[in-house]
Amino acid sequence: MDQALLSATGLSKNFGGIKAVNNASIEVKANSITGLIGPNGAGKTTLFNLISKFIEPDLGKVTFSKQRIDHLNPYQVSRAGCIRTFQVAKVLSRLSVMENMLVAAPKQLGEDFLQVWFKGGQIRRQERENKELAMSILEDIGLANKVNDYAGVLSGGQRKLLEMGRALMTSPKLILLDEPAAGVNPSLISQISEHIINWNRQGISFLIIEHNMEVIMSLCDHVWVIAEGTNLADGKPAEIQNNSKVLEAYLGG
Amino acid sequence: MIEYIVFLTINAGIYSIFALGLNLQWGICGLINFGLVAFMILGAYATILLSLLGVPIIIAVLVGALLASLMGLLIGLSTLRLREDYLAIVTIGVAETLRLIVQNEQEITKGTFGIQSFPLPFANWEPNLFFKLVLIAVLTVLAIFCIGRMVKFVQKTLREKLGPNRRILYLTGLGMVGIILAFVIYLSGVIAVSDYSYKVGLMILEMSVLALFYLGLEFLVNSPWGRVLKSIREDEEVAKALGKNVFIYKLQAFLIGGAVAGIAGSFFAWQLTAIYPSDFDSLLTFNAWIIVVLGGAGSNAGTILGSVIFWIYESATRFLPTIGILSESQVGALRVMLIGLILIVLMMSRPQGLLGKTDELTLNR
Repeated sequence: MDQALLSATGLSKNFGGIKAVNNASIEVKANSITGLIGPNGAGKTTLFNLISKFIEPDLGKVTFSKQRIDHLNPYQVSRAGCIRTFQVAKVLSRLSVMENMLVAAPKQLGEDFLQVWFKGGQIRRQERENKELAMSILEDIGLANKVNDYAGVLSGGQRKLLEMGRALMTSPKLILLDEPAAGVNPSLISQISEHIINWNRQGISFLIIEHNMEVIMSLCDHVWVIAEGTNLADGKPAEIQNNSKVLEAYLGG
Repeated sequence: MIEYIVFLTINAGIYSIFALGLNLQWGICGLINFGLVAFMILGAYATILLSLLGVPIIIAVLVGALLASLMGLLIGLSTLRLREDYLAIVTIGVAETLRLIVQNEQEITKGTFGIQSFPLPFANWEPNLFFKLVLIAVLTVLAIFCIGRMVKFVQKTLREKLGPNRRILYLTGLGMVGIILAFVIYLSGVIAVSDYSYKVGLMILEMSVLALFYLGLEFLVNSPWGRVLKSIREDEEVAKALGKNVFIYKLQAFLIGGAVAGIAGSFFAWQLTAIYPSDFDSLLTFNAWIIVVLGGAGSNAGTILGSVIFWIYESATRFLPTIGILSESQVGALRVMLIGLILIVLMMSRPQGLLGKTDELTLNR
């Protein structure tokens, strides 16, 4: 329980002289739900981009399940089991909801240009299994009746759910969630929270960026606070709530 | 008349194969290639020059396709990591460069004089009754396959009753016209075989290759491999986040599309029987774009339909001078204007193309 699943130390990134992230560190313990908060423009999403390698860090070291991942490509980070979602949910609009799920399944023989011609039987079996898994996840998140619809017709909240479902399809160890509750109606927020708790019980860890403090406080075991690209504080949600430095940063002291 | 239908069918077939390559690159994978004709140049010249050296035609064609895909590899390695508009710029540059090289090189490609005689497939072949029957059998299989597909399409449209009556009527009508057209081509083919000439053999060979490519591409597009390409078209970042090696997939789409366009080049040369650098104008690339947009991006059947319509238009407007008072060059310009107008009208009334899916347009990203 105490082992670090993800640990990033000394991450820095400059954008033309602006220090978006400056010597920031973060740690996610195995099987935990960890929060990442900070005022707007603090560099939270940039930190996600650095961890997932969507942006190349200038400095710093990232370890994921005892393996250095800071020299990998984004797709390799994802294959290692550290999967990211996006602040504005990204769905593959002109693919069906089911196709959105299926494309996420890992290690598909049929995705190899040479294998696809020769391994018909095995590929069909894999497709069937992936479809079953996708269907059970979609039922879980309440999108089962949308299987054959284009993902582009989904509402904002449904897109968030689909994106999470798609992340689950990759059988990840850690999911980086970027504002799962933003722009989602309150009843759906509590649903999303429940799902996160459920999936966490099944052994998936979460690192969550969120402005909705209720969500952070109710879900997280541990919270990291960054401001202006650097670490401000970290601790249990209750400690953070009463930390004067954090309050100052948020209220603009 | 029969000869003219055979001629048109060959041309529509060449453009179908050519545009199928673009459909894989752009329609499925979202790669903007404005230099598709470069692949055709390489395919055409490699086939001809090698077969002139005495290399068997089939091997010459395969080497041509291989060279075309190697060029795709080079362009891809240098640009596919960049944003997509860079690819568009580089491809158009490569196509023009290649055409200029072919035009100015005197030793091998004979510059602007072009190459007037080269080995053609089945050129001096005089089939006996048995082989004529074989050819007719091949033609029959192709016709049955083609007409069968369209009958199924019409049945499906009528059965599922998707959308308003107008749309059902439109799709059914389209299918019916297609069936009649296929039947006309089939009959012309059979008559032409009985009085065998080189062009009929070429037509049957080309139709067989087209059918193979169509089936192969349909298989690929509907496989998990094709699903990854579509996910890249929709949103590259998502594909990356889901653990797909986006670069490799783009490269594969580019290579395969290029090889297909290269083979279209071989047929193009065999159809012309003498080639000049000026035959490989960038206009060819944009004709392929017109065809893919016309038929509905992402649809292989739509691409073939688009190319058939393109050639019907080409031949229907060829006889305009006889009814007009315009000079020949004015008529030429008018034809280009008209096709622009048709495209504008089509884009307004059916922005998704002839066989594209209506629902896809209403989707916001």
